[in-house]
Amino acid sequence: MNIKQNIKTLIVEKPLKLDCGQTINNFPLAYETYGSLNNEKDNAILVFHALTGDQFVTGINPVTKKDGWWSYAVGSGKSIDTDKYFVICANVIGGCMGSFGPSHENPKTKKIYGTDFPVITINDMVNAQINLLDFFGIKKLFSIVGGSMGGMQVLQFISNYPDKAKTVIPIACTSSHSAQNIAFNELGRQAITADHNWSEGNYNSKDIVPDKGLAVARMAAHITYLSKKGLQEKFGRKLQERDDLKFGFDADFQIESYLRYQGSVFVDRFDANSYLYITRAMDYFDLVKQFNGNLSEAFKNTKAKFFIISFTSDWLYPTHENKDIVIALNAVGANVGFVEIESDKGHDSFLLNVPDFLKALKNFLDKSYAEKLS
Amino acid sequence: MKPEYKIISDLIEKDAKVLDVGCDDGTLMEFLKTNKNVNIRGIEISKEKVQTCIAKGLTVIEGNAEFDLKQFPNDSFEYVVLGQTLQAFINPEIVIKELLRVGNKAIVTIPNFGHWKVRLNLLFKGTMPITNSLPHDWYNTPNIHMCTIKDFFRFSKIIDFKIFKSLALINENVSDINKSNLILKNLFGELGIFLIEK
Repeated sequence: MNIKQNIKTLIVEKPLKLDCGQTINNFPLAYETYGSLNNEKDNAILVFHALTGDQFVTGINPVTKKDGWWSYAVGSGKSIDTDKYFVICANVIGGCMGSFGPSHENPKTKKIYGTDFPVITINDMVNAQINLLDFFGIKKLFSIVGGSMGGMQVLQFISNYPDKAKTVIPIACTSSHSAQNIAFNELGRQAITADHNWSEGNYNSKDIVPDKGLAVARMAAHITYLSKKGLQEKFGRKLQERDDLKFGFDADFQIESYLRYQGSVFVDRFDANSYLYITRAMDYFDLVKQFNGNLSEAFKNTKAKFFIISFTSDWLYPTHENKDIVIALNAVGANVGFVEIESDKGHDSFLLNVPDFLKALKNFLDKSYAEKLS
Repeated sequence: MKPEYKIISDLIEKDAKVLDVGCDDGTLMEFLKTNKNVNIRGIEISKEKVQTCIAKGLTVIEGNAEFDLKQFPNDSFEYVVLGQTLQAFINPEIVIKELLRVGNKAIVTIPNFGHWKVRLNLLFKGTMPITNSLPHDWYNTPNIHMCTIKDFFRFSKIIDFKIFKSLALINENVSDINKSNLILKNLFGELGIFLIEK
């Protein structure tokens, strides 16, 4: 894959002490930007991507040649309007789109890290990305936005850097990964590590890929991103290019075929070890515990304006978990708005064409920008 | 804009921190922001109306006042406003107590069921009254706990809160309610507006 030439990279020289105890420095942080930074440098929005996202938020992803993962929300005239705002997004550390991750070479051993890569956390991810502000000379971001794991990064970021963002938009996320969330992630990791090709994480040196395991991980996760109603309406019991059941284990049903397809395209673009590392980072995320059981403490030093968004059919990060964040913010008198968007599209709603969501996001950003918050 | 908004605004001090419970499309919030430079938040149950408020740049939380007020700590606001919705709650007593817990003061407005038109309606027609301010039939009305201005005074004694100021709205004119005119105001007032305290 000759992808590197399309990837902008900041080499972070400053040492970063990871939660696991190790310190890294001179590591690459891959990023992309959209729109332009104005003279006042007050129109920057830092977008955080979710588990399988990357820095290519919108337009055509130069690596996968497909639409960016948030093309519905980000672009000219869209909710996050690139004619107006300067949008920055970085690939998380631990990822596989150019940022420091398990597929990189360990300079000491000259071998690919694999599972020798340090375990990273959401906290480590945002502490790496704060370096982008200095790089662009931005004192304060106009907004930080993200859904799912991106939302967790939003919460961690404002907790770590309370005066670095004017507006804060965590979408369809949680302040603490639940047992069910961890269980689904563990299922994915087990699928990967059970694949013989995984080879204890050393598949790169053997030039093989645990594609079967990674595909199963993706298939299982994909189900959690959709709702039962959404699946039923889209697929029901419809058969795949056949008139009747074949009495075998081929994909008789459209839903089977769809999931297999989702699994197969995923392995072409995602590294299995990165999947292990990033899901681990999500599982370790517990902002409540970081503040000794009082989530409000995470937000007590910020004057930022918050807007929390959840979706009715999201059972992975349900409304009540998003509301816990609202409650914690209200407890410290923070400026917080909240809306639950009606949608059948499950957790994935934030990535899809859900007009009520896109409208709320646009209105909140544009009105807040006009307010000229300090 | 509803005629009582101006009256509510007059009861609120400048620059105060205010919560509008059941803030609807945010008209009152905007009015108070402009007139009194208040720091104002809203709670609204309808998704559609929350969207309208967001489009106006207002800070609103989607939620049900009956259950979601408990997330606010004691004395979070100087004023809490509850406009014409007390009668729609399952338990108005708990709501009033919650309003006075999260706010130092509360402003409550109630459509007066003691108004003469309502009384005549029931007396002569013998059916549940339908008026301009109470346009629903008995079976589809959200107003399950109607009360009169007089009832509200009784209510204040029973659940122990102070009525600091009480006003009646009659043909868009506002007047004070006191002991000597209560019977008349309860007959002619379309709306009762109360500034209350713990």
